[in-house]
Amino acid sequence: MIRHSLIGIMMAIAGMAMTFSTSAQAAVEININKGNVQPLPIAITDFQSNNDLGAQIAQVVAADLQRSGLFAPVNKAAFIEKISDPNKAPRFQDWTAINAQALVVGRVTREGDGRLRAEFRLWDTYAGQQMTGQQFFTQPDNWRRLAHIIADAIYERITGEKGYFDTRVVFVSESGPKTARQRQLAIMDQDGFNVRMLTNSKDLVLTPRFSPSRQEVTYMSFEGNQPRVYLLQLETGQREVVGNFPGMTFSPRFSPDGQKVIMSLQQEGNANIYTMDLRSRTTTRLTSTAAIDTAPSYSPDGQRITFESDRGGRQQIYVMNADGSGQNRISFGDGSYSTPVWSPRGDLIAFTKQSGGKFSIGVMKPDGSGERILTSGFHNEGPTWAPNGRVLMFFRQGAGAGGPQLYSIDLTGYNEQMVKTPSYASDPAWSPLLE
Amino acid sequence: MSRTDTPAMSRMQTLARNPAVIALTLALALAGCANKKNLPNSAGELGLGGAGSATPGSSQDFTVNVGDRIFFDTDSTSVRADAQQTLDRQAQWLARYPNYAITVEGHADERGTREYNLALGARRAAATKEYLASRGVPANRMKTISYGKERPVAVCDDISCWSQNRRAVTVLGGAGM
Repeated sequence: MIRHSLIGIMMAIAGMAMTFSTSAQAAVEININKGNVQPLPIAITDFQSNNDLGAQIAQVVAADLQRSGLFAPVNKAAFIEKISDPNKAPRFQDWTAINAQALVVGRVTREGDGRLRAEFRLWDTYAGQQMTGQQFFTQPDNWRRLAHIIADAIYERITGEKGYFDTRVVFVSESGPKTARQRQLAIMDQDGFNVRMLTNSKDLVLTPRFSPSRQEVTYMSFEGNQPRVYLLQLETGQREVVGNFPGMTFSPRFSPDGQKVIMSLQQEGNANIYTMDLRSRTTTRLTSTAAIDTAPSYSPDGQRITFESDRGGRQQIYVMNADGSGQNRISFGDGSYSTPVWSPRGDLIAFTKQSGGKFSIGVMKPDGSGERILTSGFHNEGPTWAPNGRVLMFFRQGAGAGGPQLYSIDLTGYNEQMVKTPSYASDPAWSPLLE
Repeated sequence: MSRTDTPAMSRMQTLARNPAVIALTLALALAGCANKKNLPNSAGELGLGGAGSATPGSSQDFTVNVGDRIFFDTDSTSVRADAQQTLDRQAQWLARYPNYAITVEGHADERGTREYNLALGARRAAATKEYLASRGVPANRMKTISYGKERPVAVCDDISCWSQNRRAVTVLGGAGM
């Protein structure tokens, strides 16, 4: 009974897609640029294996694709064909009958040297064609990464865009009451698994950001009651202060080549933006106003920098050249704008907007046009981009005594999801695609 | 002083380092939530603690009888008239007890973004330090530090709390930059 009703719903939704798919050119594809897309029904079968791992990998792949909002994994209970050999063509009519427009089959085996070998094939069921087939090797304890890499390959083949599932997020893990909140830097996979603490809770830590080129994070710590910007090597745990500045340094971020840290230096009442070259250790001052200039973020080509300033009264977003010349305000809407972050694609700047007692996450073009609010509420803050520039993560805080939690939202604004963490979490920063 | 809970009080939690601070914070919380028009300048004026209960020249004396903190308007860093009275008393007390160095801690409420609030707290600390300097406190006795919005003393979901968190606190000793 359940199976029949599920199929009925799927068939009803997919009528239009079925008529298109009979043409010879029919290809399973998703055009992300269309706006609010109908998720693509996809069947992800358990990978063949002699233990639970095949089913676990399929589950991680399905969860990744589902969370993207672009795919609707078909309930396994509806499957008709039982895949016995993933290297043989499936019975396509068994999959089109349940409206699975795409089908994933695979196998995971143990190599002689102990490594895992996973292979998968992606089929276009209506065209009856293989779209891609790949295999990967890894250590057994790395199987979730294997699944994320497969999900990325499927996402890329069907959308034409790079995936973002084989990535990690560094964030601030918060615990304890609001008046005595303890904070630790933490890192996890983008789906919330494999959480690991990077610092103890002794010192207040804020705003971690990934290096684009190394296993390294820059962040702010109040260690020794001297609030400063630090570097942390993720593999060795080695830490160092960035520069020797005569005051609080904060709001750090790497340049796109990973060779510089850009940050604010506070001196008495005003904050200005500086860079420090990590090789030569030379520092360069980029702004000099009596205002608060902070939250700098480079464009992906490294040629320009967006930042926030209250030089005009309230916080607004500005763009300048990388040498500090040509500083221009780009935000002119109601309210104040802060925490601008340049998209890795270069096409948009994400921001936090404060207006009418609400805090919103939005995007605008680098010239300030085309502002769109993606989500709005009591308090949303601090967007960070997925490496493909299609999804943002941010933190949300309710009123009163509770704590913040992480959310993701895609550029359509329709697909918002909570990212589960073991305790309160804030200040997320998305890694580049892992290598 | 009566401990009858007002609605605002019952929603509020306070951070306290010692009993004197508890008393002061409660007093200020009441003042901010229930009686904003006549904000008292110190717990002493409310009859809390009283001069007799703290050793003159002690940190308790400073906190209870002088008042260790001032408050700011939303998004503002200017030292209000009521805050000037508190700082005048702080300057007098620090002149009388010249062995103390101080750290001025600047804080912001939660209704702003993290980076901006760090700078705003620093601005408030700097404005406070500047005012104290104008009242004769030597600059080399004073350090500042900003905690942005990260160290609230009051937790609720309305302006009665936020106004308590927009503050500069003068800490005897302390460690800033």
